[in-house]
Amino acid sequence: MSAETVARLKSGLDAPICLTWELTYACNLQCVHCLSSSGMRDDRELSTAEAKRVLDELREMKVFYINIGGGEPMVRRDFFELIEYAVTPTKSANGIGVKFSTNGTFIDAGNARRLAAMEYLDLQISLDGVDAATNDAVRGRGSHAFARRAMDHLATAGFGPFKISVVVTRHNVAQLDQLKALADSYGAQLRVTRLRPSGRGVDAWDDLHPTQAQQREIYGWLLAHGEEVLTGDSFFHLNALGDPLAGLNMCGAGRVVCLIDPIGDVYACPFVIHDEFRAGNLRAAGGFRRIWQRSDLFTSLREPQSAGACASCGAFDSCQGGCMAAKFFTGLPLDGPDPECVVGNGEMALAAQATLPSPVAVGVKPRPTMDHSR
Amino acid sequence: MHPLLGAALELHPQVALRPEPFGALAYHYDNRRLVFLNHADLVCVARDLAEHPSLAAALRAADIEPNRWPSFVAAFESLKDSEIVRER
Repeated sequence: MSAETVARLKSGLDAPICLTWELTYACNLQCVHCLSSSGMRDDRELSTAEAKRVLDELREMKVFYINIGGGEPMVRRDFFELIEYAVTPTKSANGIGVKFSTNGTFIDAGNARRLAAMEYLDLQISLDGVDAATNDAVRGRGSHAFARRAMDHLATAGFGPFKISVVVTRHNVAQLDQLKALADSYGAQLRVTRLRPSGRGVDAWDDLHPTQAQQREIYGWLLAHGEEVLTGDSFFHLNALGDPLAGLNMCGAGRVVCLIDPIGDVYACPFVIHDEFRAGNLRAAGGFRRIWQRSDLFTSLREPQSAGACASCGAFDSCQGGCMAAKFFTGLPLDGPDPECVVGNGEMALAAQATLPSPVAVGVKPRPTMDHSR
Repeated sequence: MHPLLGAALELHPQVALRPEPFGALAYHYDNRRLVFLNHADLVCVARDLAEHPSLAAALRAADIEPNRWPSFVAAFESLKDSEIVRER
């Protein structure tokens, strides 16, 4: 990706390249790191008719594909109706490609066949450990078995290359090779993403986020595997260690990505469900398009960002200061180092924060604005 | 003359173009590739490829100066590699 292209992306696009839409806050699991603090359905969630109007608008805006998640999206009774509505072309426009994230519980033999029959559909099954003990400690008892059963059904139904999506934690870094082998055994593709201190993850972060030594291990492993392993471009903070990893080396929040939550609130990215990063609600006049193209928040995210405390660091061009959400939910300033900064500046900033008298304006960790855990 | 200039090309039927301030984004619904067309002139030529007997004819019809042709040939080679355009 040329520097010129990245500069253009930073100033924003007429429509997102890839947006995440969480269909519901309802979930049968209670993963300790859930980025949306999901559990219970919210009474204000979009109706089937409203969701279809959103899909119509996205189609008009030529959004090529969307990532659907939750909560557990398959909990919604209109799940199949909505994804079929999305992927079906109309007379005047292409379908919208759908990739959805699921814990797999509801993929039985029948649903696997139904999914396998659809075009323009990708799916990823979440799995955070190659064995039940590692996975279930994070995702809940029985969740490893649900996920593996879903993979077996998909393989039997001939779905093709689905994805296995792993959030990399302190406890599964050592399993990356085994997870890759598991994906290979299904003809699936491995996707690994970075843990963020978002949602319930704000409380799980200290126990789960990889150590400095593990960060280097992850970097080396990703570099060795190149584009055969998907990352959602989420590890660009590691680029300060040397050659850049595959993908866009930038934060896409409000520039090329955003999140639509189950009640129609639009956030800069899936990892910042907090009032400070809410750009508007698509039930308001002007819908999603107005928020994407004209909201104050997204406009400001597309302006050149200050390197702040990182300006004097030689690695800034490589790591871009890391992840906005990771900084925000660990109480670090947005124009400073990422908490997992591989040069060590994040740890220093966190240590400095711990010595400040409390409560003070900086150094107070924000909490997610909404919690649907119970 | 570069061999690609004589080739009859077309946008792949599974490709959608989306206009953007810098040119356009092209998305291939089959192979899921997303490609940036970084100039409005490139977008014009790509869109109308199928109406011309060759890439050279398409460049001429879009009034592209001959000194810019090598950069267009390079761009279309790359678009052909990612199957955004194909020979018809």
